[in-house]
Amino acid sequence: MITNKSEILDKIESDFLKDETLNFNIGDTVKVHFKIKEGKRERIQVFEGIVISIKRSGVRKTFMVRKISASIGVERIFPFHSPKIDKIEVSKRGRVRRAKLYYLRQRIGKAAQVKRLVDHDRGKKVQKTQGTSKK
Amino acid sequence: MSVGLIARKIGMTQVFDEVGNVIPVTVVEAGPCYVLAEKTIKKDGYESILLGFMDKFKRVRRPEKGFYDKIKTFPKKVTEEFRIEGESGYKVGEQVKVDIFAKGDLVDVRGKTKGCGFQGAIKRHGFHRGPMSHGSRYHRRPGSMGACADPSKVFKGKKLPGQMGMTNRTIQNLKVIDVRAEDNLILIQGAIPGPNDNIIQINKAIKKKG
Repeated sequence: MITNKSEILDKIESDFLKDETLNFNIGDTVKVHFKIKEGKRERIQVFEGIVISIKRSGVRKTFMVRKISASIGVERIFPFHSPKIDKIEVSKRGRVRRAKLYYLRQRIGKAAQVKRLVDHDRGKKVQKTQGTSKK
Repeated sequence: MSVGLIARKIGMTQVFDEVGNVIPVTVVEAGPCYVLAEKTIKKDGYESILLGFMDKFKRVRRPEKGFYDKIKTFPKKVTEEFRIEGESGYKVGEQVKVDIFAKGDLVDVRGKTKGCGFQGAIKRHGFHRGPMSHGSRYHRRPGSMGACADPSKVFKGKKLPGQMGMTNRTIQNLKVIDVRAEDNLILIQGAIPGPNDNIIQINKAIKKKG
């Protein structure tokens, strides 16, 4: 029998963890395929934007995606281990020097961009990587 | 009323339901509790069942030891009476386990809240404070009381500074999210009183049915 409190919580949380690890980083542009239930029908909505923060660990891990929709900034927080997330695709790798990109909120237009991550060894842009596998 | 359980608060976390919604849960280690005694109308004037939880290794007094030797159980740290109606269906020495609750049940959880010590009226009762500057000289006081010649006294029950917390509180109608019989764990939706390691009582909800 486990008596350590944190071990008990870890064990409960482990049932809800996804197998995969984070395949994106701060500054990356990602496409989050999110399942939405309308009545009985289920459809998938894609939310594409820049990852501006990753918070917490374990089952509570969340990430925030920011995009500009009709010239209005929209931010959405996703629980990483949520079963509602079908898959996460990385469309662009970004080169950033901070862990949280909240400064993008103050920027408008071209200034609100993240530089592309360039692999200098090969001298070309880092290849697009495929999204995470399903659950 | 029916038999409940004595439990230990482990901590809070979150889980996902079938749809994928996040549910905040408190994990409690409930039981196994042992039936230590039964009280009957004939003998005691009311019906209840005495449950014990967690083994006690240290400082077992002689009369205590005698009591536990008689019913052939290991001494228990926590004992609590649960009022019942009619037959409980349990005999002395038997175990009460988490399986008395099922997923989806509604429960009432009782426990001692966190002790906050002696607190002012602002923290304890949510009073407003006065201005901190502009020569105010009235910052965090409880306000005027006692009025004038009439009534020239402070009415009983006036909200004033004092001990905050460390009192028994019952949270009603909490939903059981999951029961894990193999680890004696119950996952209860929402928060329950007290710090982690707090000893609490879980009963079936008296006002609503799950």
